[in-house]
Amino acid sequence: MTTQMVGAPVARSEDPRLLRGEGRFLDDLGHDAYQVAILRSPHAHARILDIDVTDALEVDGLIAIHTFEDLPPRLRQPMPLLIPHPALTAGRTQYVLADGEVNHVGEAILMVVATDRYAAEDAVERITVDYEALPAVVGPENALAAAQAVHEEIPDNVAAHLRQTIGDAPRAIAAAPHTLEFRLDIERSASTPMETRGTYARWDADDRRLRLYTSTQAPTSVRAAVASFLELPLAQVECIAPDIGGGFGVKIMHPWPEEILVPWAARELGHDVKYVEDRREHFISANHERAQVQWVTVGFDDTGRVLGLDVRFIHDHGAYIPYGLIVPIITSTQLIGPYKLENYRVTFDSVYTNTVPVTPYRGAGRPQGCFAMERTIDRIARHLGLDRTQVRGVNFLQPEELPYDFGLTFQDGRPYCYDSGDFPASLALLKTLIDWDGFEQRRAAAAAEGRIIGIGMAAYVEGTGVGPYEGGHVLVEPGGKVQVATGLSTQGQGHQTAFAQIVADQLGVAFEDVEVVTGDTRRFQYAVGTFASRAAVMSGNAIHLAAVKVREKALKLASDALEVDVEDLELAEGQVRVIGSPDTSIDLKVLATLSNPLRYAFDDSARIATQFASPANPDAPPVGDDDAPGLEATDYYSPVRSTFANGMHAVEVEIDPDTSDIRILDYAVVHDCGNLLNPIIVKGQVLGGVAQGVGGALYERMAYDDHGQLQNASFMDFLIPYATEVPAVRIDHLETPSPLNPLGIKGAGEAGVIPTSAAIAAAIEDATGIIIDAMPISPSQLHERRSTRQVTAGGGTS
Amino acid sequence: MSPTDHATTATTSPGGTPAGTDIEVVVTVNGVPRSATVPARRLLSDFLRHDLRLTGTHVGCEHGVCGACTVLLDGAPVRSCLAFAVSIHGREITTIEGLAADDGTLHPVQQAFQDEHGLQCGYCTPGFVMSACGFLADEPAPDEPTIREGMSGNLCRCTGYAGILAAVKQAAGALRTTGADPRAKHDPAAGGQR
Repeated sequence: MTTQMVGAPVARSEDPRLLRGEGRFLDDLGHDAYQVAILRSPHAHARILDIDVTDALEVDGLIAIHTFEDLPPRLRQPMPLLIPHPALTAGRTQYVLADGEVNHVGEAILMVVATDRYAAEDAVERITVDYEALPAVVGPENALAAAQAVHEEIPDNVAAHLRQTIGDAPRAIAAAPHTLEFRLDIERSASTPMETRGTYARWDADDRRLRLYTSTQAPTSVRAAVASFLELPLAQVECIAPDIGGGFGVKIMHPWPEEILVPWAARELGHDVKYVEDRREHFISANHERAQVQWVTVGFDDTGRVLGLDVRFIHDHGAYIPYGLIVPIITSTQLIGPYKLENYRVTFDSVYTNTVPVTPYRGAGRPQGCFAMERTIDRIARHLGLDRTQVRGVNFLQPEELPYDFGLTFQDGRPYCYDSGDFPASLALLKTLIDWDGFEQRRAAAAAEGRIIGIGMAAYVEGTGVGPYEGGHVLVEPGGKVQVATGLSTQGQGHQTAFAQIVADQLGVAFEDVEVVTGDTRRFQYAVGTFASRAAVMSGNAIHLAAVKVREKALKLASDALEVDVEDLELAEGQVRVIGSPDTSIDLKVLATLSNPLRYAFDDSARIATQFASPANPDAPPVGDDDAPGLEATDYYSPVRSTFANGMHAVEVEIDPDTSDIRILDYAVVHDCGNLLNPIIVKGQVLGGVAQGVGGALYERMAYDDHGQLQNASFMDFLIPYATEVPAVRIDHLETPSPLNPLGIKGAGEAGVIPTSAAIAAAIEDATGIIIDAMPISPSQLHERRSTRQVTAGGGTS
Repeated sequence: MSPTDHATTATTSPGGTPAGTDIEVVVTVNGVPRSATVPARRLLSDFLRHDLRLTGTHVGCEHGVCGACTVLLDGAPVRSCLAFAVSIHGREITTIEGLAADDGTLHPVQQAFQDEHGLQCGYCTPGFVMSACGFLADEPAPDEPTIREGMSGNLCRCTGYAGILAAVKQAAGALRTTGADPRAKHDPAAGGQR
């Protein structure tokens, strides 16, 4: 029998190519293309008075300089507001090149095309722009105070105000025996994939056809946007996401100005054109995330049960709001976590500032929400003197209460309804994994040595696999290979491997014979994109459904060819064969040939399908009414709503008594994403998420000054953790299958990053006794807090 | 924007140094003599990627922090984004393309990265592999803290490093078994297969 592949720890098939240096990342393509450099605003807020390019014209190798005024009318329209929402009443998006005003440092003003990047940058340096600087709005509270406006016509800086409610939170809080009120601050961070953005366009003037390679998480939507802006038939535009050096959300934003400008320039100039962002540009022109200020009011009883929760927050979405309200809506809903909240009110203002726009970064509003909820639970425990895990326990939704519909609207416009999970079981696993109950002994032992340690935990629920749909195409070739395509693109999630596992199982073929292509509109035109931990759930299930169709077709063809009932046949080892007598069989590749009735025997294997070769029924059409040539199928998976994964993290930290350096001693994860397609890949996703979470908890912040200048726009100053900062992580999995899809899976991509800041903050708080109400918290900030606090007993909040 | 990125042309230098000042650079790359005439300001990373079209070496930050562009210069790891091509005239470079055997069989370090899931998107991977080869030449039997320290000059945004550290440990063992120089092209016939 063929070994079951789904669920097996299969080594990744994409690895050898990447390890040999044979990857095809964006800048590995287009060696002979003209190169683009962008002149970007040095001001956070300014009017452009004049642009003088005279000196640049002498640069050897200069091809073209384009400003806003040089663009055709369609390119002078604002960029799309990708996700409209009824509450988004004052939505503004940028232009591909600034139209007389810039609203953040890094906004694109002008495009230079030259024979190479060195020349293009030389030209940019010689161009003089005359600005009238305007006051900059920086920080969410300044935005809401509205002393200055980012956009003149939006004097209050508010793009949207949205409230969602369950029950009557203010009333429940007023009636509660205990209440707490506090503020939380979450700073900006960003995806910062190791590969920056990039776009490469090839215009074929003979065919009037555009091929666009771009480092994107949404190639089908880029294609549609480019066709729209360039006023080309969709059929004349193909978009390919080559190997992508990480995305983490920032590359779901599209179209970027360069994704419109580069293909336009290629068509104008009749020459290949390429743009590759440099690292400083990535910091100031690719989008950020996180940035919220939250105010929490909670009412609870003596057991710690939350009776009412009222959260208000300001969401800083930067200079423009192209991705709508997705991030704050996710914060609003996913804040609830695994808890049964019967009285909840959440209100946010999404505000403009003169900073880089905010769109999803891995976690997409969830780390902020989780921080609010988990810090709240810890405050309740501290207030009541209860164990923090006990307070979580009394608030959990119980497994028998699922599915549970909260009565809120999620980011997909669908009911916010948890499908499955077992939160008490997850907590029990976590407590064992980290030895929660043994911690006080460890604390005492450490204290005896003059060491300060603490423990904390955080729990989350993550809506994954959001719709509307994905599709899959599965084709058995007459040569025996199975070709699989799906439209969304891959940024390191191992889709080639995981999707091949699914198909290998359905068709009984060797894993090595399945070839998977993602993110290439030449192969699959309909797709949504890779975000929201959805690729495995959406494309995985779509490919599964397509493979099931191919399987059924193969069985029918084999049944006719072997004259055996379908029920007596099985697919294994690349054949359809009779169950119990495997010698009576027919190769899948022969069925592939037979499935396509031929006139011409273009090779030997094709002879069996030609018109005089087989005794086909002369009274029936060679291709039946309900049939199509080829052993292939396309299918789509479109769920009614998201499937909700969950998990919990616990961490032990040690604080240096003298320097306040924060060291992670132990990190434990319990994770439930339903059935696992490939445990190696899932583990990798979780570990990578935790590393980004550690960065968000302790190191990563976008340090804007009051003038809107980003002070740390380099990897020298924006501190991504190295191997020395990321702890060893122990993981335990719970597998509660999703009832919503055939594979019973849930997304895993973002999970690791969601509760990390909350858990680490809890552990630091436990170690020091100082309430941690901000993420990130650096050793120097902690040291400041420890030095200035009133001397208390310290330690021990659990 | 600093002039640190992405040149493409092999022998001419529009917008580069004034005509006539281009310099011929002759180097041995992966055991093969290679040459190109380039402007004095051409970075080694751009020279490898765009003049020699060895695109396995990646550029992540252009200022020597991320390590993605690490190659071996006379056997020692260097950041190719911080060196000018003209400064390495006459010297020996090993890039990621120079490690696997001619038949494509992975070098023990490469194989270990696959076995231990030491890569996801694969962008930082060539830099990590080259750093690991240089590190293991100096430290053939490292303990875990030494591996962590030795791999702490490269950034990875995907893996959280656990797979990378495990891979370096596995590779150290495999290389000790065969006695092969970690910086040398893999030779399966020399017993280098796992």
